[in-house]
Amino acid sequence: MSPAGGSSRLDLHIKHKSYRVASGARLHVLGEISFSLGNGEVAAVVGPSGCGKTTLLRIIVGLDQDFDGSVVLPTHGRLGIVFQEPRLLPWRTVEENVRLAAPQAGEAMLSALFATLGLSAHRRHYPGELSLGLARRVSLARAFAFEPELLALDEPFVSLDAALVERLRAELIELVTHRPTTTLLVTHSIEEAIGLADRIFLLSPSPARVIAEIPIERPRSPRSAVELAVIREKLRAAAANG
Amino acid sequence: MNLALRLGSVAFLLAVWLAGSQLVGPQLLPSPQTVGLAIVHEARSGALAFNLGVTLLRVAAAFTIAMVFGTVIGLAMGRIAVIDRLADPWLVILLNLPALVIIVLAYVWAGLTETAALVAVALNKLPITIVTVREGARALDPSLDEMASVFRMSGWTRLRHVTMPQLAPYLAAAIRSGLSLVWKIVLIVELLGRPNGVGFEIGVAFQLFDVTRILAYALSFVIVMLAIETFLVQPFERHVSRWRIKPA
Repeated sequence: MSPAGGSSRLDLHIKHKSYRVASGARLHVLGEISFSLGNGEVAAVVGPSGCGKTTLLRIIVGLDQDFDGSVVLPTHGRLGIVFQEPRLLPWRTVEENVRLAAPQAGEAMLSALFATLGLSAHRRHYPGELSLGLARRVSLARAFAFEPELLALDEPFVSLDAALVERLRAELIELVTHRPTTTLLVTHSIEEAIGLADRIFLLSPSPARVIAEIPIERPRSPRSAVELAVIREKLRAAAANG
Repeated sequence: MNLALRLGSVAFLLAVWLAGSQLVGPQLLPSPQTVGLAIVHEARSGALAFNLGVTLLRVAAAFTIAMVFGTVIGLAMGRIAVIDRLADPWLVILLNLPALVIIVLAYVWAGLTETAALVAVALNKLPITIVTVREGARALDPSLDEMASVFRMSGWTRLRHVTMPQLAPYLAAAIRSGLSLVWKIVLIVELLGRPNGVGFEIGVAFQLFDVTRILAYALSFVIVMLAIETFLVQPFERHVSRWRIKPA
């Protein structure tokens, strides 16, 4: 499954995940989901809203350990995460937020990172003084500065305007190209997944399971409308069969 | 404008005082001038500085003990349900025990000692700190905790940069209410069982019916506490809330 030469960075085998809701009933969220990610690979998990994508991500990064199955991470297991909401410390500046998560990061690396993400002018600002788009970038900067072996992104571009999404996507591509990082992107947007990933895992509605795995040729490069239509058609067919 | 209002308000207070003193006579309410002279007299002899200093030290010690233990216990009760359930009845008892009972029992059990005095004052302040900090701990944002644990922040980093800033408004409230409560109770403790301090002096003055001296000491200490509020507590509050966007 992994691309040639890459040792595996993530082996995921979830058999079953459910949780108890307020009424006492158990809600079955995830069915069987298994995949591996190779070194430097960028994968996208796409599924309908509410299918359990965030739960899947929480299991992978270890925030949720109440499930049947196993998650095998690299030995050091440094995980960077970009949550759906930026989750910055409001009482610390942009720079402090990044440095607190990544104390090992040097000045050269941080300057480059801030420059790529257009944050150089905002280092001394507090999160409350930033727009949502800027706060999302700080959250991205924090995850990259941490130099994770696995980077997990949970709908990082949701509720931003189209032009900004385009720009952030370009910045994210620049970051993963510049420093190859095994990345797992969770999104409901097929466009986002096609634009960023080497491979797309398509999830069924809840309880989620993988209904299709679609490799993307020449990932992260510009493609014609015809190519896009072909990929989208593949995904649609898979969703219909699943 | 603000300063003028404040000064005007203080001037009005002095005028009311003066009028009251004329009305009931200097025996019951000495004039501001008499009290001012008494303060100068006590200051010259060195007794004022000594007694203020002793009382201030007791306030500082009891306050620190109560804040440190109150914060630790409040944080533990707010975060760990078992501890909350175990400690809650104790807290309710302590909250409802009158200050006088705690002071008298402390003196009876531990003798008329400095330790007994400080423990008695700290025990009066402790439950209020616990309750305030516990509220703060219950309001801690779990999403920031998750962030800190994914990024593997050390315990110290989490305490200093994630937990304490969230508790800051609650701690500020505990400090505010705590300082005024502690100094009032320290005076009672001194009155009942210490050989010095503002409370002791006021006790002596009471036996001699010396209202001038009572007011001289009380006023001096109020000024000290006002200075602490202005030069320590308020700058601290401004510092911990510097990240908040100021209303225009």
